[in-house]
Amino acid sequence: MTDAIVVEGLVKRYAATTALDGVDLTVAEGSVLGLLGPNGAGKTTVVRILTTLLLADAGRAEVMGLDVVRDADAVRASIGLTGQYAAVDEYLTGFENLEMVGRLYHLPRAEARQRAGELLERFDLVDAAGRPAKTYSGGMRRRLDIAASLINRPRVLFLDEPTTGLDPRSRLAMWEFIAELSDGGTTILLTTQYLEEADRLADRMVVIDRGTVIARGTGDDLKAQVGGQRLEFTLARAVDLAEATRRLRPLAVDEPRSDEQSRRLSLPVRGGTEVLAEALRLLEGSGVEILDVGLRRPDLDDVFLTLTGHATEDAAAADADTTTTGREPAPTAGSAR
Amino acid sequence: MTSLAMSVSDSLTITRRNLIKVKRVPDLIVFATLSPIMFVLLFRYVFGSAIPVPGGLSYAEFLLPGIFAQTVIFGSTITGASLAEDLQKGLIDRFRSLPMARSAVLVGRTLADTLMNVLTIAVMMITGFVVGWRIHTSIGEAVLGVLLLLTFAYAMSWVMAFVGLLVRTPEVVNNASFIVIFPITFIANTFVPIDGFPSVLKTFAEWNPVSAVVQGARELFGNVVPGAPEPDGWALQNPVLYVFIWVAVFLAVFVPLSVRTYRRTAGR
Ligand SMILES: Nc1ncnc2c1ncn2[C@@H]1O[C@H](COP(=O)(O)OP(=O)(O)OP(=O)(O)O)[C@@H](O)[C@H]1O
Ligand SMILES: [Mg+2]
Repeated sequence: MTDAIVVEGLVKRYAATTALDGVDLTVAEGSVLGLLGPNGAGKTTVVRILTTLLLADAGRAEVMGLDVVRDADAVRASIGLTGQYAAVDEYLTGFENLEMVGRLYHLPRAEARQRAGELLERFDLVDAAGRPAKTYSGGMRRRLDIAASLINRPRVLFLDEPTTGLDPRSRLAMWEFIAELSDGGTTILLTTQYLEEADRLADRMVVIDRGTVIARGTGDDLKAQVGGQRLEFTLARAVDLAEATRRLRPLAVDEPRSDEQSRRLSLPVRGGTEVLAEALRLLEGSGVEILDVGLRRPDLDDVFLTLTGHATEDAAAADADTTTTGREPAPTAGSAR
Repeated sequence: MTSLAMSVSDSLTITRRNLIKVKRVPDLIVFATLSPIMFVLLFRYVFGSAIPVPGGLSYAEFLLPGIFAQTVIFGSTITGASLAEDLQKGLIDRFRSLPMARSAVLVGRTLADTLMNVLTIAVMMITGFVVGWRIHTSIGEAVLGVLLLLTFAYAMSWVMAFVGLLVRTPEVVNNASFIVIFPITFIANTFVPIDGFPSVLKTFAEWNPVSAVVQGARELFGNVVPGAPEPDGWALQNPVLYVFIWVAVFLAVFVPLSVRTYRRTAGR
């Protein structure tokens, strides 16, 4: 299979920061790549360079065999971009927005209108088609924005955090749209902060942090690196953390983590519910009062802790500040939150 | 599609988009015309009684070409503020990711703002008729007078386009342009004859292109006293030529500069 996207040694510097410090990646034609990373990792910078919006300081990038600098116009004609923030004209109606973008792709007027109609239907915006986009909810804007990027039936689609800020139902619907597009043969580069999201949608993942690739592979590859499940306890009293850690240590396959402020204890373990039962048995008679206990799959924070030794910026900030309720939890595929 | 046909088609698509906004937010037109109407009334009735105009011309006749010029120049600031808004809202990113002509967003913007200026001039002219302003020349000359105003404002739009892409915040664009536009429209023959200005200001006013726009419009509308002595200075003696030199310079500098800035600019 040929590569639809090839990125080699991409470097982008700003006065104070190095946003990208030599990023390499490839995306096979027809596949989905999940580009993962915390805030400020450089995800948007990669997308902006690939979509010709930004010039790299070093390195090169090709989309469908076209150089993003030398053949910028040809690249623009074959890609679709949905940026991190919905770029729709608030004063135009949904229909007018799509018609305008169609015209700017140089579709004949009748075809632009027909495409607009089709996409409004597909993205469930028919009822709102005649209303100015100003009156749309965040989720509707996001859908309109994605519809706009599909007008020209792009062979390569860039989606920068397509589900951030969506409610769980809209997020599931968005996942379905993306899966459908992928089934239709579109090559997709998708950025996200959620391991679960990438796991569900992407064939391969690239994890970046501070402008460098720190891991790559399939979801299973990454999880294998991070280890299996996490056994998590929330205790009633912080003083019990030490005793609980001592008793549970035999179950852990890696160093347990405990946090005084949230009174939480997290152990990397192997196995399923039998480990949970075993853990509860080990704590019997210890006087440790448990508020909450559960098994969960590793999330992006676990990947980061394992690969870099530091948590994502958000998690670090939340841990440092007890008054906040912490970061937004990673969405769980198919969960009914 | 040839690249010229593509540029024209893309620019018209953008013009249309900008005009739809005017239709959806009618307040834009209301305020763009209300404030000059207020200026007409204030100057005509409050200051007008105290401002003597040479040669026995009525103050309304003297004033209106000045108000036209000021209004269309203010109209050109919309170009900068709107582009800054588009940048902020990420629309410029969207446009820059499309295979459209690189100049179309700016051409379409300046064209739409010129069409808005046509509308405001029409409203101003009607207001002028009501307060006693008249055209004393032929239709052809009067049309040239309007074209002179629009052409200068169009060139100013390109200056403002550059400012808008550079400054990137609509409010700042507005404030920054007012700081420039108030002096250049007031230190001119817009509202009062410049003969009484202190010498430094008089020299500035004589060479101020806004004075030439106003003088040219007065001559083309016939709002000058027949047989009155020529104004001082080459610029005001050849106002139309002088204005066109400025227009040519503005366009030659700011069209390429703005397009270049647009191509490299990035949204959020
Ligand atoms: N125009 C700019 N000027 C200066 N620094 C910038 C600029 N754009 C991005 N950066 C910096 O480059 C780094 C990477 O930013 P980027 O937007 O690519 O991150 P991201 O992974 O998309 O983050 P997020 O998840 O918050 O969207 C950050 O440190 C950011 O502050
Ligand atoms: Mg980003």
